[in-house]
Amino acid sequence: MSKQRVAIVGIHEYPSRNTRGAVTPLNIKAHSAARALDDAGLTWKDIDALYDDGDGILWPGLHMSEYFDLDLRVIDTTTVGGSSFEFHVSHAMRDLAEGRAKVALLTYGAVARSSNANTGTGAKYSELGPPNPISNMEDCWGPTLVSDYAQFARRYMHDHGVTIEQLAEIAVTARFHALRNPEAVQAIHDLGLRHGDRQITVDDVLSSPMIADPLRALDCCVISDGGGAVVLATEDVARACRNRPVWVLGTGEALRHRRNNDDMTMTGARSSGPAAFEQAGVSPSDIDVAMVYDSFTITVLSTLEDLGFCDKGEGGAFVEHGNLRFDTPGLAVNTDGGGLSSNHPGQRGIFLLIEATRQLRGDSTSQVADAELALAHGTGGTLNRRYASGTVILGRD
Amino acid sequence: MSTHDDRPATEPRRVLPRFPELDTEPFWNATKQRELRYQVCDACETVIFYPRRHCTNCTSIDLSWHTSAGGGTIYTFSVVRRSMHPSFMDLVPYVIAWVDVDEGFRILTHIVGADPDDAESGLAIGARVAVEWIDRGEVALPAFRLA
Repeated sequence: MSKQRVAIVGIHEYPSRNTRGAVTPLNIKAHSAARALDDAGLTWKDIDALYDDGDGILWPGLHMSEYFDLDLRVIDTTTVGGSSFEFHVSHAMRDLAEGRAKVALLTYGAVARSSNANTGTGAKYSELGPPNPISNMEDCWGPTLVSDYAQFARRYMHDHGVTIEQLAEIAVTARFHALRNPEAVQAIHDLGLRHGDRQITVDDVLSSPMIADPLRALDCCVISDGGGAVVLATEDVARACRNRPVWVLGTGEALRHRRNNDDMTMTGARSSGPAAFEQAGVSPSDIDVAMVYDSFTITVLSTLEDLGFCDKGEGGAFVEHGNLRFDTPGLAVNTDGGGLSSNHPGQRGIFLLIEATRQLRGDSTSQVADAELALAHGTGGTLNRRYASGTVILGRD
Repeated sequence: MSTHDDRPATEPRRVLPRFPELDTEPFWNATKQRELRYQVCDACETVIFYPRRHCTNCTSIDLSWHTSAGGGTIYTFSVVRRSMHPSFMDLVPYVIAWVDVDEGFRILTHIVGADPDDAESGLAIGARVAVEWIDRGEVALPAFRLA
């Protein structure tokens, strides 16, 4: 039997960014799954493959299949932080194409905001479990998530000439897209984001409080609640679903970590990107719209360069003057407002897939005209220490 | 007595390595004698850091401990201005850095004794540094100071 094509057939983004204790992460996952199944025209009984990164419960293979009450033929609990969902799509594409299952479910739910998790500046690394070689060498220095990316940004600016003003342009574009997205505007109010529902400027970013040099508050993603679900299916199932299929054309995965004498600024996107482009048979210049993990402004710039949208060292010019906006020529990036201005419950990768799918359905609030090819790239972990890079290329008929 | 940041009294409970942890215990035991130790593979001479019990280059599991002279250069750094962690919130601002130690390994550490808001402090990528021990009783933490 020849390999089946695989498509995203159902999506849902949980709308609330501040749930105030009214729901649990598992509730968010289940509610999102139900709505994504409705979106596809499928039911719980159709699902025979489950992908879960374990953010909501320990032993997710056993516990989530029971909570959802599924009869599964495939389970995958790859846990690589915010990029887990790009890895899950990669694995679902493989599993469904080989005929091991027909319908795959990915879900995410987290309440970082209402549980007051202080994700960026207060992670209590050493309270997470028994000691290991990594925690024993690093925790005593008090690294924060922001200082990790700040160290990466400092070296990146030193080696490749990008300026803090150019990084700020990425935050400005994110707010521009967020203000067009009603759910992001609601989030701006519910989360009390700096400057509220007005467009911010480069000067606003540069005058926001320094969190860890050189990154300021507006270089950092928001901390929200949220979640979502994605349903994938083989072509025979996808053709009968409610919405037009969004095909998974290619994927790539890479894992990287700190090494002695290593060039930290060469990220995993340099290998996950080419793998995905080769499988899809397309090149960066063919992509109409990209959802690029934006934990911090530097995450976007380094990823765009390393995926090959521009040369190393050209990213600053590439992001200036609103060049990443949906209504300017060339690549549009993070058209939902991104983690910088819409939502970031901790592991944002599922939202990249959801907004890329909206773009290819023609449903984005910042719709790129005639978008045919979209890319989603997740970065999980921290670019400064250890992380995973997952690239997914999507297309429509 | 701590030399760290001149504010030891405000540190409520510095996070320290915890034991038993067999890979890193020899490294931390040596800090009591102010020795900054690293491993070299007996077979292929690859420098191994952080400590482990196998070579990450060849398949040897025979490594030897060596002691660094304590000099290095700053690979990158940041100034932590905000921490919600109870053990570090009173230490801000502190300079966290990756230092490339001359013997060929990269270590996460602090740069102490440099005012991050003084443009003339010399704090920069590529700056030379030397190890400066922070005594914490059961272990000493290898911070660095501009050389």
